[in-house]
Amino acid sequence: MAQWFLDLHPAWQALIRVLLFVLPVLLLVPGLIWWERRLLSWMQDRIGPNRVATITWSKTSKLVPGFLRGKKTKFFGLLQPIADGVKLFFKEDVTPSASDKLLYFIAPGVALFPAFALGGTLPFAPWPSITPIADVNIGILYVLAISSLGVYGVVLAGYSGNNKYSLMGGLRASAQLISYELAMGMSLACIVLATGSLRMTDMVRVQEQALWGAFPVLQNWFVFTPYGFVAMVVFAICMVAETNRAPFDLPEAENELIAGYHTEYSSMKFAVFFMGEYAAMFVFSGVLTAVFFGGYNMLPVNWGYIEQNASPFFAGVANFLGKLNYYLAPMWFVGKIAFFISVYIWIRATLPRLRYDQLMSLGWKSLLPLATFNFIMVASWILVTRLVSEQRSPLAGTIAGVGLWVVAAALVFSLWRIVKKASAEPELETRTISMVDPKIGEATV
Amino acid sequence: MNTADLLTPNLGVFALLGGIAGLAAVGVVAFNNAVRSALCLVISFFTLAFLYFTLTFEMIGILQIVVYTGAIMVLFLFVIMLLNLGALKSLIEERDPKLLLGGLLGLALAVLLGSQVLLPVANVLETRAPADIGSPQSVGYSLFTTYLYPFEIASVLLLLGIVGSILLAKRRI
Repeated sequence: MAQWFLDLHPAWQALIRVLLFVLPVLLLVPGLIWWERRLLSWMQDRIGPNRVATITWSKTSKLVPGFLRGKKTKFFGLLQPIADGVKLFFKEDVTPSASDKLLYFIAPGVALFPAFALGGTLPFAPWPSITPIADVNIGILYVLAISSLGVYGVVLAGYSGNNKYSLMGGLRASAQLISYELAMGMSLACIVLATGSLRMTDMVRVQEQALWGAFPVLQNWFVFTPYGFVAMVVFAICMVAETNRAPFDLPEAENELIAGYHTEYSSMKFAVFFMGEYAAMFVFSGVLTAVFFGGYNMLPVNWGYIEQNASPFFAGVANFLGKLNYYLAPMWFVGKIAFFISVYIWIRATLPRLRYDQLMSLGWKSLLPLATFNFIMVASWILVTRLVSEQRSPLAGTIAGVGLWVVAAALVFSLWRIVKKASAEPELETRTISMVDPKIGEATV
Repeated sequence: MNTADLLTPNLGVFALLGGIAGLAAVGVVAFNNAVRSALCLVISFFTLAFLYFTLTFEMIGILQIVVYTGAIMVLFLFVIMLLNLGALKSLIEERDPKLLLGGLLGLALAVLLGSQVLLPVANVLETRAPADIGSPQSVGYSLFTTYLYPFEIASVLLLLGIVGSILLAKRRI
């Protein structure tokens, strides 16, 4: 990194780091909303917002070049979020008269804070002086801690509006967030165990090692290991639940609770909630990328290894790609985030909202036990790896290794069962109701 | 040591965070509204975590946020919201002789604690913790070596608490 940056006062460096993280997120949120609306409309066979930012050139004006006269230039409705923002800004801001004013006003800010603060330890490039904002030795714990603060905004909004639907939404949200935090923490603990560090930069660096310790050409992204795959799926489900997105958007279930916890919010205050939700989606996708999908690496390939061991031509290509991988790191990171956000939207378009009891049983009875078993498996995995690598008893190590793969396969299978069960037809309770009480006839005799 | 040495940016940060934490702690008992009191406690715990951060005790600070701010206070708020407690009129007391006694006892407690705490703290001049104290590795190491028995016993106690609460709460098991 440039020397002038390192010569700055640490406080200025920190400020620049914060701005380099927060500003892109802030600027990408409107684009995200546009992308969600367009992608969703495409998946639902609709057109979606495509009108804003269409320029119709004048037919007669001399100022317009000839080939443009009378033509339309379309930009896919890209400016729709700005139009929405202006609309929200100029809407009447209704404050319910019986609300707790102070809490009512701070709730949107409290909801927005964790969404942005979450990225404090998230590395988006292999440049230690710029990212992460703070490379502390508790990186992943920080993510868990800040994501647990996300409850407050929702709870305060639900309480302060003095509306029973808001309150119900807030209660649901707090129950949901607490429930899914456990499974999330457990799935991240697996990766902490595998990495041996809570530092997020270490987590990314560990993923650059040889795949399964055997193929040095490829990188060992945690999603490629069986336990990492299970942890990834658990984390991804919990992530969707933590950001209150479909199919886990019970706190704002329209058919039951109007708009849930933000029923009483209008105009810009509602927009702040909206923005918080999208920023949280963005940053959680970033955590998923960094922890399970190799962080800022373009592809799971060790270019440095190829460069050293291949013929000169391929070495040159690998050198070039390695440089591309290094210097454009934020681009790969944001690209992966964009992919996961598309998956978010895809899930929203595909799955119907869960029932409340389904939500709770999925979180407590399926994901948490699965994550816990996975945790135990990671521990035994590490034990076996040590046995094998230290050559203490190769035979026992091999047998245990094969056994672990079997257990891992069983875990992946049970994961599949859970997903299948959650998406299966609901078991509806049937009761026979007789309109006339049968006891009436007996009593008269 | 003269006053100029004490007036550092560190002191400013400490005064800011400590002041917020202290004011919030006063707010916990000063507010009549249960939700506001709980929120003041949240703010107090949260800024306390930042005080740990300034001492480079990241681990303890983050545990403070995870355990107190993120878990316990959320449950408090949850219960308060579930009961839908507003500002209670009966909480406002005037001219109660108990107030005087309570104040005296509180003062006595403050003197007792202060006499024990202030003197050792007054001699501490380091603004940061040594590098390896309070890191996840050292905390984990001491938990699983020196303090293994208390740790395991505490975990058994927690498990008993969970099982017991289920036993009490469920009608049928």
